[in-house]
Amino acid sequence: MDSNKFIRSVRLRESACRGCINCIKNCPTQAIRVHNGKAHIIDKFCIDCGRCIRYCPHHAKIAVYDPLSVINDFKYAVALPAPSLYAQYNNLANVDIVLNALLKLGFDDVYEVSAAAELVSEASREYIREHMDEAPFISSACPSVIRLIRVKFPSLISRLLPIKAPVEVAAEIARARAMKKTGLKPEEIGIIFISPCPSKVSYAKAPLGIEKSSIDNVVAIKDIYPLLLPHMKHDESQLKPLSHSGRIGIGWSNAGGEVAGLLVENYLAADGIVNILRVLEQLEDEKLHGLTFVELNACDGGCAGGTLTVENAYIAATKTKRLTKYQPVSRNHLSENPELQSIYWADDVEYEPVFRLGNTFKESLRMMSDVEKLTAMFPGLDCGSCGAPTCQTLAEDIVRGDATPNDCIYVLRSNIAELSRRINDLTENVTAGKALSAEEDELLHRYIRELTADLASFGVPDKTKQRKE
Amino acid sequence: MGEPLIYTYDIDGEDFTRAGEASSSVKNRLKMLGVDSAAIRKTAIAMYEGEINMVIHADGGTITVIISDDAITMVLADRGPGIPDIEKAMQEGYSTARPEVRSLGFGAGMGLPNMKRFTDEMKIDTVIGQGTTITMKVYLHSDGL
Ligand SMILES: Nc1ncnc2c1ncn2[C@@H]1O[C@H](COP(=O)(O)OP(=O)(O)OP(=O)(O)O)[C@@H](O)[C@H]1O
Ligand code: SF4
Ligand code: SF4
Ligand SMILES: [Mg+2]
Repeated sequence: MDSNKFIRSVRLRESACRGCINCIKNCPTQAIRVHNGKAHIIDKFCIDCGRCIRYCPHHAKIAVYDPLSVINDFKYAVALPAPSLYAQYNNLANVDIVLNALLKLGFDDVYEVSAAAELVSEASREYIREHMDEAPFISSACPSVIRLIRVKFPSLISRLLPIKAPVEVAAEIARARAMKKTGLKPEEIGIIFISPCPSKVSYAKAPLGIEKSSIDNVVAIKDIYPLLLPHMKHDESQLKPLSHSGRIGIGWSNAGGEVAGLLVENYLAADGIVNILRVLEQLEDEKLHGLTFVELNACDGGCAGGTLTVENAYIAATKTKRLTKYQPVSRNHLSENPELQSIYWADDVEYEPVFRLGNTFKESLRMMSDVEKLTAMFPGLDCGSCGAPTCQTLAEDIVRGDATPNDCIYVLRSNIAELSRRINDLTENVTAGKALSAEEDELLHRYIRELTADLASFGVPDKTKQRKE
Repeated sequence: MGEPLIYTYDIDGEDFTRAGEASSSVKNRLKMLGVDSAAIRKTAIAMYEGEINMVIHADGGTITVIISDDAITMVLADRGPGIPDIEKAMQEGYSTARPEVRSLGFGAGMGLPNMKRFTDEMKIDTVIGQGTTITMKVYLHSDGL
């Protein structure tokens, strides 16, 4: 198995984690467990949606991405700003202000992801028209959506639009153009994406639908945003005309932006992981009829709501509208981009049955039967004290060999009560003046040992240590 | 042959919004078992249609799902009015759904025909005034594993 496949960019900052279990219930794929007072993410379950970053009150979940200094690793560095970058700024009247500031910051050139998005919109319109009988199609621009489908909704994989994400198309075109312009070798050119989310960080390392991504590094909008501000206050007449995208491309930054470029009537656009899970369930059961296209964004409000952005996603949506009001609809066409070899996926996305219990159906059936028995033994409160999000997930973990029934504090408590009762029964004999037989003495010692072990397994976090931080 | 898994769901006859919960829960378990997606899809669609019928036409009931080595068996039992003419009810487009139910998008008369189409076996036992029991089976390919 390709070990790269489940790479993720959301990580735990262990020193900050208090083991408070706030995150575990908010993970859409139940990928988080808390053991010994610290959270950990199960790689293959995680879809990099970034939701746990938002829900951790102690800022212990973080996104990993590259620092801006990566531009020094290359002879020529091209910035690929996501359209959501523009919506971070107040009263931005002209995209060129941002693009020129990127050059001042040290980039040698810029290529807008929104320009490539217009090519993706064009290709999507064509693809949908030619394959109308296979509708509805699901958008494939959000890597977290693809990852969610590939682990949970195998029957929907074939509905994914087999077209590269705008950022990938942008990276390919940008590299080809930079090579032509500079005569440098491909590896001497750095293609650096300015991203709204950690999901694209993982995508650049482990892409979907193609073997290798053309993106070299990914930096965060929230890092770049303040650095650009000082470079944005200059005479507009001095600006180099760099922007080359229209309303459709820039609109991709917000929920509903992708469908707006498709010119289809029967569509559904859902954003936010909880909403898209519901839509995927309904699509799987064929409860939604008459749809041509389904746009799904894992983040609330679309990409502008990504965890690496600064501005509120809904305010960002209004700003995008204002910014693009007088723009032409679209300024990019496939026919004018011969450097783009193919806009379609080269590889299939394959089902990854990571939630399957056993290796075979029969083994899984047996294991599932154990899961049900264990679940019935637990109180059904889904309290999370065991570190698993629900009683059933604890049961699954036990059956997979990753936890024990004593992780449930209710089971542990009744074990302790039972042991104490037995110890009490035995010692009552002693107080009544009767001597213990050798067997009874042996038993008493065993119960005490078990009780001590049970009490130790409580794993109460060390308070004194945490206060010092 | 291992012991089969048995799940029972009570279906509330009042609540449209909750219809589909039982089929969704079964679907998730089938995924954890590694059942192939075609069989999951067939089961989910057939069970959902049956579940909805129990809500709309029979004021709720009980669904029992039995998952064994070779098949998924669904038994949908209700204490509703019964089906007077099964042959008619099985016809595409035949429906006695009330107008208010139709306005919610049900009542195309496609439920029973789809249940038949998506399952490998289907049997209807019905007694007028007492209730209906529909038994459906989706075969699982024994892949020798
Ligand atoms: N459990 C049941 N109890 C009593 N009558 C039923 C039951 N299930 C189906 N019927 C009868 O059979 C008819 C056809 O059912 P079918 O599911 O095919 O269509 P429908 O429920 O009316 O519409 P649709 O399923 O397309 O929304 C129903 O209109 C109803 O008269
Ligand atoms: S929410 Fe999760 S990651 Fe954050 S402190 Fe609590 S257990 Fe740790
Ligand atoms: S990033 Fe999303 S999927 Fe991954 S652990 Fe956090 S909440 Fe779960
Ligand atoms: Mg019906």
